[in-house]
Amino acid sequence: MHPLRKQRLIAIVALLIGLGVASAFTLAALNENLDHFYSPTDINEGKVAEGKRFRLGGVVLEDSTERSAETLEVSFVVTDRIENTPVRYSGILPDLYKEGQSVIATGSLENGVFKATEVLAKHDENYMPAEVADAIAKAKAKQAAGGATESMQ
Amino acid sequence: MTRYASPPVFYRTAGLWRPWMGLATLLFGVPAIVYGLYFAPPDYLQGESYRIIFIHVPCAWVSMFAYVAMAGAGAAALIWHTKLSELAVLAIAPIGAGFTALTLLTGMLWGRPTWGAYWVWDARLTSELVLLFLYLGVIGLANAYGDSRRGARAAALLALVGLVNLPIIHYSVRWWNTLHQGETVRIFGESSMHESMLWALLAAAMAAKFYFLWSLLGRLRLNLLIAEREKGWVARELKLESADA
Repeated sequence: MHPLRKQRLIAIVALLIGLGVASAFTLAALNENLDHFYSPTDINEGKVAEGKRFRLGGVVLEDSTERSAETLEVSFVVTDRIENTPVRYSGILPDLYKEGQSVIATGSLENGVFKATEVLAKHDENYMPAEVADAIAKAKAKQAAGGATESMQ
Repeated sequence: MTRYASPPVFYRTAGLWRPWMGLATLLFGVPAIVYGLYFAPPDYLQGESYRIIFIHVPCAWVSMFAYVAMAGAGAAALIWHTKLSELAVLAIAPIGAGFTALTLLTGMLWGRPTWGAYWVWDARLTSELVLLFLYLGVIGLANAYGDSRRGARAAALLALVGLVNLPIIHYSVRWWNTLHQGETVRIFGESSMHESMLWALLAAAMAAKFYFLWSLLGRLRLNLLIAEREKGWVARELKLESADA
């Protein structure tokens, strides 16, 4: 290769390496600030102060949703399967809100209860037809039932 | 190799390849879109709204693939100072910007019914928006100089610098907690999409790649004609009267 071109090539490679290292350091330093939400475990570890606005993310605990008969008040529990955080919200939940599915709520902590001002449904990466989802659910139920009878014997 | 960087040779070769790229776009794209938007089974949770994935994901992949191609052409432009690679940077930028804008737009239209919001500032959405600004910056910088070749080289440098954004876009959903879901299609390991939907997504992705090449060859041919308008080969290629004079 022509020496001048070689020099330019080396300059470009050095530029890319330098930028890569610089952005790696920056991202490592920013790390937690780039997280979109905190989990119930983060809250129990005291990572978020009372009254500070932040986002809470996790799965809606099964059978935890309680709706008020007269108002739009709703309460449910968000879990990361290790810790739980009770949530209170006044408003309309998104269509994809479902127990056992993920949500991200914005709001703040008040006496250990998360007062949400916005609730978004987080969708996971799984895509399948309804029949396949049913088949998987049935297979899981069967496996669980099988395990239960075995343990009884 | 260098023979193909010669404008008249490239112009003719690109002209021969271009119709095949268009044909491949239709061969992959028509069945993928017809099946994906109409015949594919609805998703168990999202129902019909998931069908936007057949547009959104192919666009998102091309938006990043095009950026790598643009940065590659930029590196070649800075090292060899060939006119063709400078023109390639300028030809790729608007196509990439278009695909990025489509990615953001389709994502927003899906986000409203699914998440409950058009836009959130999570790492994936924000880094894809930065990608759009990078493309627009490359276009703007290229046109900011009186001398178009100096403009192209400045734009090439910006394209190279912006390359650091690509791993951030790709890994954002793994490195941080984001509202955007993790990847559905994996090259290594099993994809989280049922086969009855997956094949149409992969075919649509192929169609988007071929459309990108079809569009790129067309733009490059036009850019070459404009850049070399004073040269004899352009007049001969276009069979202008002045060629005989």
